Amino acid sequence: MNQPNPASRHFQGLIERGTSRRSAARVRVDRAFSLACLGITLIAVLALVILLASILIEGASGLSWSFIQNYASRIPDQAGIKAPLFGSIWVASICAIVALPVGVATAVYLEEFAAKNRFTNFLRINISNLAGVPSIVYGILGLTLFVRMFGLFGPVQNPAFEVGGETFAIYYDSMGEPLRVPVADRNETPRLVTGSIGYMQDIFDGPDGELIFTNDWSPIPLTIVNADADFSPAYGVITVDNAVEPIDFEIEKSWYYVQFPFGQTVLAGGLTLMLVVLPVVIISSQEALRSVPGSLRAGSMAMGATRLQTVWKVTLPASIPMIMTGAILAMSRAIGEAAPILVLGVALFITDVPQNLMDAFTVLPMQIYNWTSRPQEEFRALAATGIIVLLGVLLAFNAIAILIRQKFSRPLQ
Amino acid sequence: MSSPQAPEPTDHVAAKHAATSSATATEATKPTAICIRCRSLNSWYGDFQALHSVELDIPENRVTAFIGPSGCGKSTLLRWFNRMNDTIPSARADGEITLDGENVLDPRCDVVDLRRRVGMVFQKPNPFPKSIFDNVAYGPRLHRRYSRNDLAALVEQSLRRAAIWDEVKDRLDQSALGLSGGQQQRLCIARAIAIGPEVLLMDEPCSALDPRSTAAIEDLIRNLRDQYTIVIVTHNMQQAARVSDRTAFFYNGALIESNETDMIFTNPGHRETEDYVSGRFG
Amino acid sequence: MPSTPPQPEYKTFVEICESGRPRSTKTRSFQEGGVRSLLVACASFSILVTTLIIGILAYETARFLQDVSVWDFLTGLEWNPLLGEERHFGIWPLIVGTLLVTLVAAVFALPIGLVTAIFLSEYAPAWLRSILKPILEVLAGIPTVVYGFFALIVITPVLQSLGRVFTGEDTFGAYSAGSAGLAVGIMILPIVTSLSEDAIRAVPKGLRDGAFALGSTRFDTSVKVVVPAALSGIMASYLLAITRAIGETMIVALAAGGLSQMTFLPWEQVQTMTAYMVQIFLGDAPATGVEYKSSFAVAGVLFLMTFLLTFSGYRILIRFREEYE
Repeated sequence: MNQPNPASRHFQGLIERGTSRRSAARVRVDRAFSLACLGITLIAVLALVILLASILIEGASGLSWSFIQNYASRIPDQAGIKAPLFGSIWVASICAIVALPVGVATAVYLEEFAAKNRFTNFLRINISNLAGVPSIVYGILGLTLFVRMFGLFGPVQNPAFEVGGETFAIYYDSMGEPLRVPVADRNETPRLVTGSIGYMQDIFDGPDGELIFTNDWSPIPLTIVNADADFSPAYGVITVDNAVEPIDFEIEKSWYYVQFPFGQTVLAGGLTLMLVVLPVVIISSQEALRSVPGSLRAGSMAMGATRLQTVWKVTLPASIPMIMTGAILAMSRAIGEAAPILVLGVALFITDVPQNLMDAFTVLPMQIYNWTSRPQEEFRALAATGIIVLLGVLLAFNAIAILIRQKFSRPLQ
Repeated sequence: MSSPQAPEPTDHVAAKHAATSSATATEATKPTAICIRCRSLNSWYGDFQALHSVELDIPENRVTAFIGPSGCGKSTLLRWFNRMNDTIPSARADGEITLDGENVLDPRCDVVDLRRRVGMVFQKPNPFPKSIFDNVAYGPRLHRRYSRNDLAALVEQSLRRAAIWDEVKDRLDQSALGLSGGQQQRLCIARAIAIGPEVLLMDEPCSALDPRSTAAIEDLIRNLRDQYTIVIVTHNMQQAARVSDRTAFFYNGALIESNETDMIFTNPGHRETEDYVSGRFG
Repeated sequence: MPSTPPQPEYKTFVEICESGRPRSTKTRSFQEGGVRSLLVACASFSILVTTLIIGILAYETARFLQDVSVWDFLTGLEWNPLLGEERHFGIWPLIVGTLLVTLVAAVFALPIGLVTAIFLSEYAPAWLRSILKPILEVLAGIPTVVYGFFALIVITPVLQSLGRVFTGEDTFGAYSAGSAGLAVGIMILPIVTSLSEDAIRAVPKGLRDGAFALGSTRFDTSVKVVVPAALSGIMASYLLAITRAIGETMIVALAAGGLSQMTFLPWEQVQTMTAYMVQIFLGDAPATGVEYKSSFAVAGVLFLMTFLLTFSGYRILIRFREEYE
């Protein structure tokens, strides 16, 4: 009974059978690995430093007030970034106004209301898939859904539905000066009558309401008259000579002007970017809501609060700082996206700041792409300066958002 | 010159006092009214049956303790009293729980109103990340619209009843998260009181607290028993003995026995109860 | 002697409690129902978006396939839609171009990203972490067009001079798959790092304690215990990063060139699927032309590829989370 168990002796032998590894060597491997890790991690730091340095070297000298004040130009020295700067701000605002409520609402539904069933599960998978869809594909969706509206309302150049705009047909007279003739809409082919037009430079209202012409005028051979249009004498006395097609149409837009389809407008751009960032907003808001401890919900429900009251008064206030963080990241992404906007086919040469939702626009990344893709050195420098402005906008945006976030989170501390 | 009305308040108070003490006296001798009544209550989480045909009466204005080893179903039962189990999708129950003659488990029962009448305090203090004032005012604001003065008075009274007023009266607008654990738990009790419930459910209210805070909460429970029907789930048998009038012992989802607390601890009617209260398992 | 001062009006607790005007339960349940349907509507919007994407791409691809046979499209090895009479619509050169750029990016970013993640979660002291994390976040927040610019003015010249040093010839041109791929790699590096780090951190502390208690060094613990335990999470992060690389547009449009060819040489220029779409949408191709429609078909293939990758990444991630939650 007292004999040592042979199996246990055997066990000790087994342990000592392996060749011993020197622990000093293992510690050395550990130290080497740790250093290698540090070195490799620094690659990311190095990349960022080189990137920022190269941009600053290329572009810092171009940075000036006139660069921000000027519109696009074919002459590098006079080129500026005003239109894309304002375009980006417009588009990002629209994107935020739509994407944040819809995204947060979706997250609230998924985290706070939805039962765990197949539909909810399907929704989750669907959202994570949407997050992986390349942004250029969203561009195609935006092109079809917003810019063209599936062609349901006619071609983009001639929208079937317009509200709040006054349409003018543009002609050129024999002097090459544009002449605006008001027409009811772009579909209307003005009735063509031959004749001639009196052309003058300055017309203004006299004291008794009569029109005073400062220049002598002589009839010049010209285009047309739309007999039905409200045709004020301010456009000259018209006797039409020649049947000519209008060169173009121009629309004077009131602030509430809307057209279907949207065309390549600020609204279409903002909504397209909304599609791009929506999954990002949803997923980050979900994570924010998930971080609120369940005991708070239980506490609120136990007081007789409904789900809605619990969400509105407890869960959302507690998760707002994290939701804001996600929203900042999403909006930064929207500001930096070029691909979806590019697909919409926006004009590259914009010389005006958008005034309303239905104005043409371009955005900073598009302008930067445009300058970078040109072979001339001068435009590359412009691109670098543009990038500095873009990064500045992103920085300012993040700073503002962080301030808002702190304001929201103050009562919690 | 002495006023004829002068002695009246004193008389009034004295009379009132006499009435209260006589009420207490009758309570001690005669069984009080039943507040909550469970009849053949079964409960499941999915396929797992957590409670087996529980029959239990909870007397009004007394402290009832639920004791038993973990997983015996005592918290589950407690959470049916205010239907908090509704938040667990797989939980269901049949049988009857009546509160003032109304079946709580009836799907037509208004859960919001039920929870207004049955307050709850949780294992871990869970104050909202709001100010102390807003924490207490949260419930009242949900159910009624108060004038500013009434709300302030209500908050003060609730905090006083929860014996925390003196500690927080100077910092009502500060975050509740800055309070200590014991203070947070008393704040949560004040929060539950503020909606004027008849019943207070406490799910191991002291398990996350240090001994001193525990003593404060136990004092509070003893003081509140005149105004509320209190049901407390506890792991701590000494605590049950200290604070409760009646004790119910649960084991494996069944109610083994319920009786006056003294009887349960000195003269239990079942073998399992005896083993548990003497610390042989659990 | 004056009489006792009047008693202040004193309300009992119950009186105060009931002094408030009760809120209507009807309004409350009405609000609840209304908000609930609003939320369901918002949640359903994401399904609508998916449906529209699939619908539009399927419809336009079908229209394209009326002009070009499916067989030619899916098996053809030549892609030159702008050559008039001689044009071919074989998708493979675009797929190969995309894969080549992605491969370069993956070879660069996946190992570096993983090592960085290990360093951040297992080795780095708190102060270093608090410096490195924001740097990675900044890197993640830089618009991709900036990376494209970086590829053109920094990476390409560096590669060109390296090529000259090692081969004595001009191997790298002004545009190359390698340059674009490296820029894409820098772009996806923060994605790999942060997702892998999340996965590594999700490994329970008990596992590490167990390994240390057996006498493991930190190297043993992280490489032999923690990383294998987090492997599925790391794989998911890889898949998601590769998805981003495949769908990346602006970098390749700027730096990879515009010549679609079947090559696996990183110094050659290639055209990716996204770069082709840029070429078409930026150009003046008439909306009725075959080449215009072809971009929708290319988008369809791209969508399918990223869809499969994201979906498998998501499945792996779910399984990984279930393992540790």
